[in-house]
Amino acid sequence: MTSTLPLRIEDLTVAYHRKPVIWDVAFDVKPGSLVGVVGPNGAGKSTLLKACMDLIPVASGRVSIFGEPYKVNRHRVGYVPQRESVDWDFPVSALDVVTMGLYREIGWFRPVRKKHKQAARDAMEQVGLADLEGRQISQLSGGQQQRTFLARALVQDADLYFMDEPFAAVDAATEKAIVQILRGMKQQGKTAIVIHHDLQTVPEYFDHVVLLNMRVVANGPTEEVFTTENLQKTYGGRLTLLDQVTEAMRRRDKGE
Amino acid sequence: MTIIGNALNAITARGLVASIDYSEWTRVLLLEDYNTRLVVFATTLLGLSAGVIGSFTLLRKRALLGDALSHATLPGIGLAFLMAPTFGFEGKSLPVLLSGAAISGSVGMLAILVIRNLTKLKEDAALGIVLSVFFGGGLVLLGLAQQMPEGHAAGLESFIYGKTASIVAQDARWIFGAGTISLAVLVLLYKELKLLCFDDGFASSLGYPTVWLDFVLMAVVVLVTIVGLQAVGLVLMIALLVIPAASARFWTRSLYQMTMLAGSIGAISGMLGSMISGLAPRLPSGAMIVLTSAVFFLSSMLFGRQRGVVIQAIRRWTTRRRIDRRHVLRGIYELLETQTTRPEVSPVEATAGNWVGLNALQESRTWSNRRMLAEVNRLREQGLLRTRDHEAALTATGLLEARRLTREHRLWELYLITHADVAAERVDRDAERIEDCLEPVMIEELESLLEKAVAVGRVPISPHEIDMSTRLAEG
Amino acid sequence: MDDASNWMWALDGWILAAGILCAVASSLLGNFLVLRRMSMLGDAVSHAVLPGLAAAFLITGSRQSFPMFLGAAVVGVLTAMLTQWIRNFGKVDEGASMGVVFTTLFSLGLVMIVQAADTVDLDPGCVLYGAIEFTPLDTVVVFGWDVPRVIVTLSIVTLVNLLFVVVGYKELKLTSFDPALADTMGLRSAWVHYTLMTLVAITAVASFESVGNILVVAMMVVPAAAASLLTNRLPWLIFSSAVIGALSAILGHLSAIHVPRMFGYASTSTAGMMALMAGLLFLLVMILSPSNGLLINFARRQHLAFSILGDDVLAFIYRHEEKKIDWPRTEQTLTRQWLQKQLLSSPIAMSLILFWYRASGQLDRHGESYVLTETGREAAALLVRSHRLWEQYLVDQAGMASDRIHGQAERLEHFTDRSFRDKLERETEFPVSDPHGSPIPAEISAKKSSPPGEPSNGNFMS
Repeated sequence: MTSTLPLRIEDLTVAYHRKPVIWDVAFDVKPGSLVGVVGPNGAGKSTLLKACMDLIPVASGRVSIFGEPYKVNRHRVGYVPQRESVDWDFPVSALDVVTMGLYREIGWFRPVRKKHKQAARDAMEQVGLADLEGRQISQLSGGQQQRTFLARALVQDADLYFMDEPFAAVDAATEKAIVQILRGMKQQGKTAIVIHHDLQTVPEYFDHVVLLNMRVVANGPTEEVFTTENLQKTYGGRLTLLDQVTEAMRRRDKGE
Repeated sequence: MTIIGNALNAITARGLVASIDYSEWTRVLLLEDYNTRLVVFATTLLGLSAGVIGSFTLLRKRALLGDALSHATLPGIGLAFLMAPTFGFEGKSLPVLLSGAAISGSVGMLAILVIRNLTKLKEDAALGIVLSVFFGGGLVLLGLAQQMPEGHAAGLESFIYGKTASIVAQDARWIFGAGTISLAVLVLLYKELKLLCFDDGFASSLGYPTVWLDFVLMAVVVLVTIVGLQAVGLVLMIALLVIPAASARFWTRSLYQMTMLAGSIGAISGMLGSMISGLAPRLPSGAMIVLTSAVFFLSSMLFGRQRGVVIQAIRRWTTRRRIDRRHVLRGIYELLETQTTRPEVSPVEATAGNWVGLNALQESRTWSNRRMLAEVNRLREQGLLRTRDHEAALTATGLLEARRLTREHRLWELYLITHADVAAERVDRDAERIEDCLEPVMIEELESLLEKAVAVGRVPISPHEIDMSTRLAEG
Repeated sequence: MDDASNWMWALDGWILAAGILCAVASSLLGNFLVLRRMSMLGDAVSHAVLPGLAAAFLITGSRQSFPMFLGAAVVGVLTAMLTQWIRNFGKVDEGASMGVVFTTLFSLGLVMIVQAADTVDLDPGCVLYGAIEFTPLDTVVVFGWDVPRVIVTLSIVTLVNLLFVVVGYKELKLTSFDPALADTMGLRSAWVHYTLMTLVAITAVASFESVGNILVVAMMVVPAAAASLLTNRLPWLIFSSAVIGALSAILGHLSAIHVPRMFGYASTSTAGMMALMAGLLFLLVMILSPSNGLLINFARRQHLAFSILGDDVLAFIYRHEEKKIDWPRTEQTLTRQWLQKQLLSSPIAMSLILFWYRASGQLDRHGESYVLTETGREAAALLVRSHRLWEQYLVDQAGMASDRIHGQAERLEHFTDRSFRDKLERETEFPVSDPHGSPIPAEISAKKSSPPGEPSNGNFMS
């Protein structure tokens, strides 16, 4: 039964240089959930994601993707990294970047065929970038860059997605597009683990949430877990932040 | 067969030793020979200056700047040689050649800055372009120089190879002069350069002209390079600018200590390298100096106190041991807690000696049986546990330690809750004791919070209870 | 012609071929080095292979190609691995790791060569600087033709590089752009890296004997860098870099023959000249490139500054006229000098603008002063409209204080077209005046340009 869980993290401890950055992290993710991972800066959110994908080594604990280690099931996982992780001056077009998601499927050293390009185009249309396929990526706006990454993830047709701050510094239209994609994924039974920074929108976007501050403060369905008390435990005494969030929760309670 | 034999002969120690004259050793080592003295002096000095300067370029992430600028000096040298007679100068005079080198080095510097700042090309491309184009230009000019009626342009090649073994007093004087000036500049601008290296954004926001500071740094590199170039050659110059500084980095985080150490490593490499090469024939001094510094580098990388590879591996290993130790002792303590029915009455004391099943301990965390058992055995040998069959129990000492670890864990948990916003900087779970990280006042505060929580009957939940309950639910 | 007769195809042709082949082989790989920010690797590898060569010579006692290449390939991979090791484990900066590795290996090679100087005749200078002039003399027979050995090896290497770039195109693209993604997809970026390094080392060695170390380094960086300033599309990038490389080789060889004569010398280093020519071509591209060149960037900036100034002039005159309606006694005449002072521009720029506006019918000159024509007034009104709509928007929607809005609006007004203005108007709910109380001019539809019979779209406000 546990093998159907897209993600199970047990006792994960990751250390950089000497200091443990995250420790005793443990939670399960059920299929078809949209999980938001929130926490203050430096709390280890990116570290958690990277540790799940074997991008950094783990001091102790275990990560299971559909019941197996990441290496075994890596083809079922899609990754949308932070925008800063690549050089956007690279001489490729948006379509090129999206097609990269298919390279594994195409096979190493085999050429890209029409059907692959078409699949890439379809993905671009899904994210609303249909007429930008030939555009060089250096000429894309921040939101368009993000959507390109998203299209690339879609084209991988994975079952589990890890996304690192996809909503960071994007315009409203892109934000709506991303949310729509996420909901579409959920309907298809796919799972997404998303690092998110904007507390106000957590209840609206995610049905599950993980509050992380170097260890898991709380995790579970958003309605149950996203409480003032838990947020206080996660974020500490930053009043302005809490003010915003209490406002957001007040609005939610009032059904706005 | 003979070919291979010859080859092996040449490079093995046997071949080397056979050609060493032991009386030479004393002469060299005691620096009795004037030439050797000169060479050692010059290379030591050069190593010192290059090491110090190299610290800054390394931190500025411009380690290969010396490479590019050294190559960029060549056209100036060639041009100076070619044009000197028309101005009435002796073509091969050192000041003439050096000024030529300085000018073209500066032009190279400007070219790097222009390419980097005015086009979309990155730093490495700028360095590569200047290096190869200028050097090509230099070869062209040298090619012309070799056809000059004055002939002997052969000496110009020493700029590429160096003539370490035949350094003369004048070279040493130039090295001394350039080294002193460079070091003086670095000392004067120390705090500005320090800021530049660590946080140039901040420096610029403070109003420091970062471009000019960069320029000064590059100028100092050019200065030392041109005097060093004609003495020890291109490759050695690059090596001296990079290797000692990179080695020093493994030992310290303080800039001051790093520059001191880099200078020393550079100096010692220069000294040892040239002495070793004096001991045996056919060991080019430049190469020996580089190889000596490489040995320093390797040892630093492996054993450096701050960031050495071996040290880090040892640290990782001890961290894992510590984690395991905590997990076992705290795990047993918490299992004992679940066994007591009357928590108000000093719970664990009553059950301290109870046996706890190792299977239960195994399941309380995600770890292999092997790893857990290894730690259990270790603890038993240290007298903290007793074992029998598939069970373990705390000894008196073990109880004390387990209690301390559990208390610290819970204090940390409370700290994270009450000080969540600063936690990332302050928390160091790897620390041996919480007292090492937090002030006593803070700890007292947390302890009183902890007591309140216990008194109210709300003992902080350990994360693993959630795990176990969900696991039970899934069946 | 005297010079032409000095050109012997038998000699010069082969030299040229060697140069071109080296250029093409190097620039094919060089593109990816530059994209991966490893431009200095060419220099590093070409120094580092020395021990490999020395070992090959010492062991085989000869200068046969194959052992040389093997030695070079081994050391090439070793360089890459050592650099990576130092970088990852020692956490040393990339440039420094390269510096440590290649200087050490080079020194090792030097020691080996000097030690074995009796056994093998190997001049380090020859290794580093090549002797392209001797290229044609050492020949082998290929298909019945006498071809210099160097050409044969260079051709093979060029083909291999070409094959690598074509077959591994998408893998190279992916690992250069997003190595993390490549890793998550199961393509080890490290393998691609090592293969690239090996080919760099082999190319370097293949070129040593003919063109020497420096040309390889130049051809790996400079043509690729120049090409990247010309185009933003990877296939064209690769093609252009090869063309630029070949061109440098041709120009270099021709210059090496002719230029020294101009100064009274016989000849000079061909390889050096080829590198120099590559640099010259780069300089030309850097200045003149139609997409990224310095000239075009300068021109664009000037154009922008100019058009902004022009907008400012019109808007200024418009506002002046508004004031005159309220205070008719204002005597100020709008002379060029006064406008220039008020708008802080240079005399030349102001004269040009005023000239341009008179020529295009937006300004009239009465004596010393300038007035708006009908057309000019319409254009100015739209500018002022944009400005004031922005001010209103900034106060309403962005909550800006009214003393800050003017500066912002000043900037934004130049980039606001009709559709933007319509949006602003809707967002601010069709205001009549701006936060300072100045009236917002009505939208003027392009009556003249709309086809006859179609209704003009204007929001005419009373």
